[in-house]
Amino acid sequence: MSLLSIEGLTVALPPGGDRPHAIADISLSVDPGEILCVVGESGSGKSITANAMMGLLPKSLPVTSGRIRFEGTDLLALEPEAMRRLRGARIAMIFQEPMTALNPVMRVGDQIAEALRVHGAGRDAARRVPELLAAVNLPDPEALARSYPFRLSGGQRQRVMIAMALALEPALLIADEPTTALDVTTQMQILRLIKEIQSRRGTGVMFVTHDFGVVAEIADRVAVMQHGRIVETGPAKEVLNHPQHPYTRALIAAVPGFPSGEQATAASDARGPMAKDAVLVTRGVEKTYRRGGGWFGKPVTLRAVHDADFTLTRGETLGLVGESGSGKSTLARCIVRLVEPEKGEIAFHGTDLRPLTRIAWKPFRRRIQMVFQDPFASLNPRRTVGDIITEGPMTHGVSRSEALDRARDLLRLVQLDPGAMGRYPHEFSGGQRQRIGIARALAMRPELLIADEPVSALDVSVQAQVLDLLADIRKRLGLTMLFITHDLRVAAQICDRIAVMQRGAIVELGSTAQVFGTPQHAYTKQLLESIPGRGWTPPDLSGTVAA
Amino acid sequence: MMDFWRRFRRNRGAVVGLCILVLVLLLSATASLLFPDSPWDMAAAPFMPPGEMGMLLGSDSLGRDVAAGIAHGARISLLVGAVSTAAALLIGVTLGAIAGYAGGIVDDALMRFTEFFQTIPSFVFAILLVAIFSPSIGSIVFAIAVVSWPPVARVVRAEVLSLRSREFVQAAEVLGKAPLAILLTDVLPNALSPIIVLSSLMVATAILTESALSFLGLGDPNLMTWGFLIGAGRSVIRIAWWMSVFPGLAIFLTVLALNLVGEGLSDALNPRLARRRA
Repeated sequence: MSLLSIEGLTVALPPGGDRPHAIADISLSVDPGEILCVVGESGSGKSITANAMMGLLPKSLPVTSGRIRFEGTDLLALEPEAMRRLRGARIAMIFQEPMTALNPVMRVGDQIAEALRVHGAGRDAARRVPELLAAVNLPDPEALARSYPFRLSGGQRQRVMIAMALALEPALLIADEPTTALDVTTQMQILRLIKEIQSRRGTGVMFVTHDFGVVAEIADRVAVMQHGRIVETGPAKEVLNHPQHPYTRALIAAVPGFPSGEQATAASDARGPMAKDAVLVTRGVEKTYRRGGGWFGKPVTLRAVHDADFTLTRGETLGLVGESGSGKSTLARCIVRLVEPEKGEIAFHGTDLRPLTRIAWKPFRRRIQMVFQDPFASLNPRRTVGDIITEGPMTHGVSRSEALDRARDLLRLVQLDPGAMGRYPHEFSGGQRQRIGIARALAMRPELLIADEPVSALDVSVQAQVLDLLADIRKRLGLTMLFITHDLRVAAQICDRIAVMQRGAIVELGSTAQVFGTPQHAYTKQLLESIPGRGWTPPDLSGTVAA
Repeated sequence: MMDFWRRFRRNRGAVVGLCILVLVLLLSATASLLFPDSPWDMAAAPFMPPGEMGMLLGSDSLGRDVAAGIAHGARISLLVGAVSTAAALLIGVTLGAIAGYAGGIVDDALMRFTEFFQTIPSFVFAILLVAIFSPSIGSIVFAIAVVSWPPVARVVRAEVLSLRSREFVQAAEVLGKAPLAILLTDVLPNALSPIIVLSSLMVATAILTESALSFLGLGDPNLMTWGFLIGAGRSVIRIAWWMSVFPGLAIFLTVLALNLVGEGLSDALNPRLARRRA
């Protein structure tokens, strides 16, 4: 008998939503010792499914039909008191955001002890807490139990959350995107940890994620959700390599694969003789942040960027990859003077940009443009799309009618209806907004485009569209591009060369094929090993996805 | 605009407030039609209770019509409220925006300057200013504006500080827009809602401050105001309650109305709240 079985679960949405049900007719099961991955894009209802199981749905989302059977009892029929006894003890949950899931003013050890005490196991707390912390591979459990959450990194906090969830040895663990907020290397450690604990204790795991790489890494079985319905379920290997439903096929086709050696060489050959033409050269750029100190204390210094020299040649795309805090965004912002570096030379076609005044910089604004990460924060909510796209050229002396013509052409180029001109950013989806952001940058007719994580806030299928658009535009307009990303799969797809950054320095720079094929630096190797689902190559579905 | 009105209408208190405010505005606009004679003229015997000798709200110790006083006073109270708020906004928004956008030493200097004004109890400061410049409508408006701009500067600075690090402001920077253009087209329009809400509350405070000044005898001696009416009725409150109660009610209703409208505006201008209610 399965540990958990959900039969025909339906949760209503408040009237006036875009569909009548948040989730409709969901049927799932999890066996002991099995990892079930629930995959879907944002808004597909995967988190609602997880929350329904824990009885965490808000009152505005009532369960209208269906049953959730856990070890034979129907969870939906349980009294709140009985549900509370079950929660934490038999079913535990890990949340997405480790930064906010812990109580900031309570010691880590006390929080785990509290979880034990609530279920009447408080007596063993002194012995069990260090044991649990050790079980999630945290160093020096005794000392760690006495520290406050703010002393821990994101990965460590997520481990503490897992320790807390495992404190009472639950039969079922529900994990709602537990690694989405973490860096790749940390993500890999957490995934391994979950898999290890699960196989050691025979816990059933329901793992909610949007990332097919993660699915390939840990799933035994997969359920794919779209618009609140399960469109496909099956063993992981089946679903990943032979997807049946068109939506699954589309999602998997959108996962960027790795380049084969020949492709990469072909791309660099295609650039041909112009390759020696340097557009941007950085030499010895340094940016150090100082914080605190006051009158007596010693200030904390952080070397955000140092030893990050690179050359960008005409028409190429250089990928800047690294984990959060590696200084890749700071470096990009130094180039466009959103951050002022203390030292070094940033030469654009031979002119050093660093010592220029604001006025002297202005002509270069037209030639160097930037696309930002967050499609929701990077467009002024109080201006129409037309204004947003035309204001750049108009600042540089282009007449209004010409700027408007250009904006209409650009909207067509980024595959939006020119009728979008009069509308406001909030009327568009994330992917559409990112297209508007790209159009804004292109309206200046730049030579160099700096893209700062342009797809990391987007769903995987939208991500693929935006990446295709960027590749297409680059080819058509002959742009040179500096592409910043934390996602190695994305970098592999779009970049000619890749620079790997760690703690403010570029530790490895080479062609995409080199970096992926024969990485030299230890950190690069570690990064590559941490790509979830590395062993899985998305099947080639290009011929069949058209439908 | 229609959308904004629909969201505003959803807050019933705000609509009531708006109605009261419109009535007070109408009253002040039609004061000279309703009460053609000067409110300072003797119209009946002194101390007539409401309803007697054609005095709707009674007469005061010199036989002046209280209703006429309230109607004519409405004009001055609203004028003082509006003009002093506008002046305070001008100072506050300018200084706050400069401090928030420039940062560094400019920010420090402007904020210490603002604190200098904030550390003096505002009403005492207002009394002082009016006493120095001799009571007149001009000096009263000036005094109220001078004591009420610091909170505006603080709010605007905080908003600008949080907005200037947003990506759309950085994007404007990368497009090469001038700092003033960025401030005016990208930053301030997004800081508008707290400013509007704050200013509706400031009008209310200004009316109260003006009334308090007049009550203490520091009003413009040539102008009839609500504060003056209460101040004049204060000494005879036991024999003629109507002399202070009706002007007091007028102040109460107007200030309440402004606060309700302010709250309604804050709801209607907050897009997140608006979406939840939609």
